Amino acid sequence: MSLPPEATANRTAAADSGVIHNIGYRSYQGPRLGRSYATRSLFVQSLRAAYGLGRSGKSKVLPVLVLGALAAPALVIVAYAILQHAKQLPVDYPQYLSTFSIFIEIFLAAQAPVLMSRDLRYQTVPLYFSRPITRGDYVRAKFGAMVSAMLILMAVPLLVLYLGSILGGLPLGHNTGHLLYGLVAAVLYAVLYSALGLLIAASTPRRGFGVAAIMGALVVSSIFAGVVFGLSGGLNGYVPESAHWSAVLSPSMLVDGLVNQVFGLVGDPRTTHAPGALGVAVFAVEIAALVVGSYWLMLSRYRKI
Amino acid sequence: MNRTVARLTVLGLLGRRRGALLLVVPALLLVISVIARGADVDKHDLAVSILGQLSLGTLVPILGLVVGTGVIATEIDDGSIVYLLAKPLPRWKIITTKLAVAIVTTWVFAAVPTFLAGLILVGTQDNLAVAFTLGTMVSGAAYSALFLLLGVVTRHAVVAGLAYALVWESLVGNFVNGAKTLSVQQWGLSVARTVAADGSISAPVALGVAVPLLIVVTVAATAFASVKLAGLTLAAEE
Repeated sequence: MSLPPEATANRTAAADSGVIHNIGYRSYQGPRLGRSYATRSLFVQSLRAAYGLGRSGKSKVLPVLVLGALAAPALVIVAYAILQHAKQLPVDYPQYLSTFSIFIEIFLAAQAPVLMSRDLRYQTVPLYFSRPITRGDYVRAKFGAMVSAMLILMAVPLLVLYLGSILGGLPLGHNTGHLLYGLVAAVLYAVLYSALGLLIAASTPRRGFGVAAIMGALVVSSIFAGVVFGLSGGLNGYVPESAHWSAVLSPSMLVDGLVNQVFGLVGDPRTTHAPGALGVAVFAVEIAALVVGSYWLMLSRYRKI
Repeated sequence: MNRTVARLTVLGLLGRRRGALLLVVPALLLVISVIARGADVDKHDLAVSILGQLSLGTLVPILGLVVGTGVIATEIDDGSIVYLLAKPLPRWKIITTKLAVAIVTTWVFAAVPTFLAGLILVGTQDNLAVAFTLGTMVSGAAYSALFLLLGVVTRHAVVAGLAYALVWESLVGNFVNGAKTLSVQQWGLSVARTVAADGSISAPVALGVAVPLLIVVTVAATAFASVKLAGLTLAAEE
């Protein structure tokens, strides 16, 4: 404690001029925004994170690329239909989603772990739960954010197709109806894929592993369904109706088959569709069971944290 | 090769429940083969489509991706690679050891089941089982090297690898024939065609193109990964 004399002089001068008032500890008395506000904030933040908004430039690259890759063919198709003076689009709205489903699956595989795994990895989940939001709110917000992100992803190309064909003078009624079919398919894809993807992502804190597991589950299941379809006679010229039951093995074919059958979009017996009324019921129940089951498993997974 | 590094890598890759998860791949292949054996479809076409499309075309890339990035990208991701890099061990030795582990794992989990599936489906007919096993082995090795490099170069290795394996090889390869020349899967198929009986497998890439490309890609990816690991920046991306 040997400070130079001028320094001690300065300090006493400073102490004279400034006084610390003891006002005691006061807790916050103002209005609180509450649980639903926190859940909503988590939803908005997760939805933005799914597109890399508010994050580094690098994390925006992939969502934007996928959105572009999904929307660009729609522009080409519309331009082609208009230039050829076609009576209708060469690809129907729900078919567009199933044709380019690989991009939807890549988006899910890449972004579901962004929403779930990172919180687990950096152990921020307990911090969320120390606030008013409950475990159920957390899962609800994340699920809602993923579904909305995927809906946006799929709605953009559908709207491009729709607006393009309306402006190009294609029949309005037909296109509006089929746009609605497409949007229903988009909702089903979004809900089913989000439930499965988030469940897988929530089970591993490693992002890379989550990405590979989601993609593996979706791709392998659809190839497996394809092989079973082939084995039950799908490769022959005449496709037996029973071969279409193979669609129950793959989430993407499940949605495709259900939408095609319900909206009567089956032109050729090779198109994936739910076989008959029983098929429609089974496909719908399976989709619902997968969504509810995954959601319930996610809830019970977060109950332990 | 360094035995300690190899042991730690195997533990990181297959330890806990992860090894059991990887077993799903061969199990699925064998289940499909057993189911398919009972169907009354042309066995030869069936074997070519199951072994070619399912095994060589889908399971090997996905397995190569999980294993190739799993041996190094996870360590870079969670930062534990610094303890390995701090040891007096040349970086290229780390890469070659990890690559060796990745290749052997891919062979055990993909090539062996492919051989068994081939035997179940068609026995020794047309040499199909051996042919596809060899094809799986060479493309599995190339995928491992390629995805290991991706794991060193980028944090988004798995997504980039998926984009290559699914979008480039499958989607673009279906429409643009030239894209098949630059596809590890087609190189493996080309090797398989050479081994199998004449005319039993069709592959668009000639063997004289496929083998040099396989070797060049594997060696170059390994060398580049060593260079990249020698100057690795450890920084949080976000």
